[in-house]
Amino acid sequence: MNIYKHEFKMLSNSVITWSLALSMIIFLVMSIFSGFAESAKMLNEALTNFPKELLMAFGLDKIDLSSVLGFYSLAFLFCQVCLAIQAANYGFSLVSVEERDMTADFLLAKPVSRTKILTSKFLAALTGLTITNLVVWISSFAFIQLYRDGRPYDPKTLLLLLGTILAFQLFFLTVGLLVSLIVRRVRSVTPYSMALAFGMYVLSAFGGMLGEDKLDIITPFKHFEPNYIISNATYDPLQLVSVAVIILSIAGSYVLYLRRDIHSVV
Amino acid sequence: MSIIEVNNLTKYYGKARGIVDVSFNVDEGEIFGFVGPNGAGKSTTIRLFCSLIYPSSGEAKIFGKDVIKYGSEIRQDIGYLPSEVFYYDRMKVIDLLKYSASFYQKDCTERMYELSDLMELELRRRIDDLSYGNRKKVGIVQGLMHQPKVLLLDEPTSGLDPLMQNRFYKLIREENERGATVFLSSHILGVVQKMCTRVAIIKEGSVIKIEDIKTLQQDNYKKIRVAANDLDPAQFNLEGVLNLEKENGVVRFFYKGDINVIMRKISENEVSDVTIEEPTLEEIFMHYYE
Repeated sequence: MNIYKHEFKMLSNSVITWSLALSMIIFLVMSIFSGFAESAKMLNEALTNFPKELLMAFGLDKIDLSSVLGFYSLAFLFCQVCLAIQAANYGFSLVSVEERDMTADFLLAKPVSRTKILTSKFLAALTGLTITNLVVWISSFAFIQLYRDGRPYDPKTLLLLLGTILAFQLFFLTVGLLVSLIVRRVRSVTPYSMALAFGMYVLSAFGGMLGEDKLDIITPFKHFEPNYIISNATYDPLQLVSVAVIILSIAGSYVLYLRRDIHSVV
Repeated sequence: MSIIEVNNLTKYYGKARGIVDVSFNVDEGEIFGFVGPNGAGKSTTIRLFCSLIYPSSGEAKIFGKDVIKYGSEIRQDIGYLPSEVFYYDRMKVIDLLKYSASFYQKDCTERMYELSDLMELELRRRIDDLSYGNRKKVGIVQGLMHQPKVLLLDEPTSGLDPLMQNRFYKLIREENERGATVFLSSHILGVVQKMCTRVAIIKEGSVIKIEDIKTLQQDNYKKIRVAANDLDPAQFNLEGVLNLEKENGVVRFFYKGDINVIMRKISENEVSDVTIEEPTLEEIFMHYYE
């Protein structure tokens, strides 16, 4: 419990910043919705004039910007990118920062098993992500309610969409953790997390553009694509790939961490 | 009874050598010195004891229990002071010490304040505002506050001023009298000479000698200095004489063998001064180091 508390405290500032930023994104997007909805028909028509590949790359090919959730899916996509970076940050830094800052010597020489250390750290990061997740839920419902101007939407579909966040975060958290344990030393976390988050996004975007299904298989941006969920009101079975990756990454991380040599100053 | 048992302990980092086939025992209540030049494998050995790294082969036991298998249990009674101390920079000293205390079943609060007073540690400061020496003090307090039965000290006083060094070694003596077994790694031989009962010498990853400090000094070379007019150093070129040198009419050398032989040799001269001393550990070890 002491490690969990300590770790959570170290994360708290970051959790607050990310949560506020995400709430802000939803607010900004939804606040211009009513203005857009007025001229949505024109906008939708204008969009059809863009090259199809471009629209696909940004996931704009199937959405109806005049509907509440169609417009909200734009906000959700931005949120996904941010959530991915945040979760990847926490994943990559979970154990690597202690080793980089040499505090691992302190922690691992304490009477506590590595399993307990990793579990506590993992749960602390997950708590932080869940708080951000809750803020996204609350902001989504609040700002949709505030700016939908009486236009209808299906709260169940919104719930489906928001329900994907946890698995989406877990994907980046666990993959980040696993990669940080495979490489010898993570000198700086940001390049790694940016590469993972944007890399996955670009894969999903390119997959859409090329119509190439194979690339989509590994990226959670595709597994949890808002358009698919909104237009089908159900989950994409590809999500199982994400779930499998999460399970494998967690298992792999424990195996690697329990055998890891903690190097001293080099 | 042996508190620390090391059997054929070997550690390679990939292909790079850490330590090779190291074996020794440390008895209860002992202050055991672990001496060797930089890169000889001193830190590797201590890090293996704390299971910060895993052995390639062989085993180490503390309190008769394998350090890997029973690591977290054993570490309740181990105090570890790393050679380089790093802590969570954004924390205050007091918060770090409390965090450290939270790992132990014992209540460490009283001892924590006692030690902080003794080491003149300012508890309200942030870790990143501390100088190297002050960080080292944080390390000492966090390593000792749970009154461990085994102290693993890796170059413990680097960065401390002489006053604090003395205080620290006095503290370690007290801990030892209380019953703590001390494993002291250092390349500063003076310290080891002053503190330890036994010493292991490690060189290039292997322990090359384990000896009582006293035997080491007794069974060894004497340091002899003879002053006389027109002294010919060549006459001392006997069996058992080392490092013979002449400077300003004074002949110095190390001698190992029958002391009477060398006494007779000296008395052949009209000497103005003679000293026969125990060599320092430094001098004894020089030929192990080379």
